[in-house]
Amino acid sequence: MAIKDFPIEEYVLPGSAACPGCPATIALRIVLKALGKKTVMIVPACCTAVIESLYPHTSFNIPVMNIAFEAAAAGAAGVEAALRKLGKNDVTVLAWAGDGGTYDIGLQALSGALERETNFIYICYNNQIYSNTGIQRSGATPYAAWTTTTVGGKKEFRKEMGDIIRAHHIPYSAQTCISYPDDLYNKVKKAKEIEGPKYIEILTPCPPGWRFSMEKTVEMGRLAVETGVWALYECKNDVVTFNGKSRLILENKIKRVPIEEWMRPQGRFKHLFVPKKDVKRIKALEEHIEKIWERYRKYYI
Amino acid sequence: MIDTGNYIAAKAAVMAKPDVVAAYPITPQTTVVEGIANYLEKGEFTGEYICVESEHSAMSACIGASAMGVRTFTATSSHGLLLMHEMLHWAALARLPIVMCNINRVIGPGWNIWADENDSISQRDTGWIQFYCSSNQEIFDTIIQSYKLAENEKVLLPVMINYNAFILSHTSMPVDIPDQREIDEFLPKFKPKWNLDINNPVTFGNIIGPEYYIKVRKAMQDAHKNAKKLIPEIAREWKKKFGRFHGDLLEKYRCDDAEYILLAMGAIAAESKVAVDEMQRKGLKIGLARIRTFRPFPKESILQLSENADLIVIDRNISVGSEGVLFNEVKAALYHKSDARVNGFITGLGGRDVTYKDIESMCRKTVEGKANECEWYGI
Repeated sequence: MAIKDFPIEEYVLPGSAACPGCPATIALRIVLKALGKKTVMIVPACCTAVIESLYPHTSFNIPVMNIAFEAAAAGAAGVEAALRKLGKNDVTVLAWAGDGGTYDIGLQALSGALERETNFIYICYNNQIYSNTGIQRSGATPYAAWTTTTVGGKKEFRKEMGDIIRAHHIPYSAQTCISYPDDLYNKVKKAKEIEGPKYIEILTPCPPGWRFSMEKTVEMGRLAVETGVWALYECKNDVVTFNGKSRLILENKIKRVPIEEWMRPQGRFKHLFVPKKDVKRIKALEEHIEKIWERYRKYYI
Repeated sequence: MIDTGNYIAAKAAVMAKPDVVAAYPITPQTTVVEGIANYLEKGEFTGEYICVESEHSAMSACIGASAMGVRTFTATSSHGLLLMHEMLHWAALARLPIVMCNINRVIGPGWNIWADENDSISQRDTGWIQFYCSSNQEIFDTIIQSYKLAENEKVLLPVMINYNAFILSHTSMPVDIPDQREIDEFLPKFKPKWNLDINNPVTFGNIIGPEYYIKVRKAMQDAHKNAKKLIPEIAREWKKKFGRFHGDLLEKYRCDDAEYILLAMGAIAAESKVAVDEMQRKGLKIGLARIRTFRPFPKESILQLSENADLIVIDRNISVGSEGVLFNEVKAALYHKSDARVNGFITGLGGRDVTYKDIESMCRKTVEGKANECEWYGI
């Protein structure tokens, strides 16, 4: 569906406590437009727990339950079980967590809920850091990126969450990015219609966390896809389909943009360019990304 | 019905008709969740049963379900309870009437599966109401009563029903089980005061400033005060309907004319009845006050008991670096209001057997003036 045709109803209300240029609010606004009024959202510790604003106010026009950092999927499982018992089959249960709450501390509860075939949508909005706590490294932080806990740049490569999710063989999982609202909307809409566990991960470039100017949020997401740092794909019943530019990259119809183009505007990679270009580390990340695409081509063409 | 504490707990849980049970197995709680699974298979339990991947998730799932306005149950023990710790606070602060059995078991290392109350005692400050049971009948009756208490609008707090590993959990006793119809009359369907509702979209648990947070805590404290009144009322309503009574906040046993009153919880308190009988037969004026609710703490009742008697406290727990926790709290209850002597004993840790003879010898040592203020027994 094109943006102009998205439902007019807003469930993310104006006046939230989000930072200027925040991608999480862009993402959630579109997600809730796709899911509609009959949605219960479970939010663990993450930026959204701040964005939703201070008690007794709220930025959201759907029922929301906050829960502890590692507990989003388990809390959602409880909500879903209650809905089933109450015979309310038309309500969508949405667990909405960041990458820290998904890749790291919440992974066990998420894996458990997927394995138990919980009928819910788990969305990870991935800004590649613990941003709410002030930019610390997570399992989703890319190699060489500065964070407050990887001051000289992260030494390890990020976790491949998509592979972990697909190992659960759930009916639907997808990767998308806020820079492609139609792709995001359509994936959420698709997930809504499917029974069982659904997982969607949204790349959400974070201006203060990635150290770029707030008007560049959408651009940074596009560059992530064009450089191949992030891939748009979906997996329905174990069949993986790449979408948009990621499909063209997969099929070698277009070349990936050099990774430097994505890194250079981000202050978190500044130490790789100033005072001297760190060719070795830039190359290491480039090669790592290429290896991931080789693997994608081997399995998904 | 003759069965173990755990199977009786499973029976009570199912008869309370929870809509959602979420649980994770741990020795010695396992037969509770197995019991519920069997009732599910037979169609006698018609709720949703979530076999989660950890106790943390068990409590989280109960929180999610309870926030939807349905009745929930879980059970755990020892390390499982400790893993839940964060969510125990969460459940109480969220004012969710979850009911849980905890089978009191030792904390490791080293691994030990026997009776010891340090697991639940270390959850003292989570805001949960805590019962300690001394018989399988009391386990059954307390579980049903706990739902009525937890779901009362003046309380709306989670309830933990504790009983000692193996001594109760795996010991068969005859238990009188009422008809389902009678239980349903006593415990009507849960009508939540609030719940997650798509027609009334509210955000629960968002950021809260100091101006409101302190009020949240105060409201919890007030709810515990209300529980202090309601626990005896519910116990008496139960007595009227079913003829059984296990005490108010505490159960007094042969306390008339007693010069000493023994205070204990759980299985040691049950054994203490035998010890009291034995000692009174021999002419010692010792009665028993069995603590049923550790939270809310029966401060006023203890103070009243101290008017005419000195107190002897036996703890199957220790706050290391301080002393037995019940001993500590009993003394605090008397502070500035009573000059009764209080002697404390720490014993039975790691599942050591505490017999009526042991209890008698601790009491004798106190009566003879040979006991230190707080000492270990049986080391």
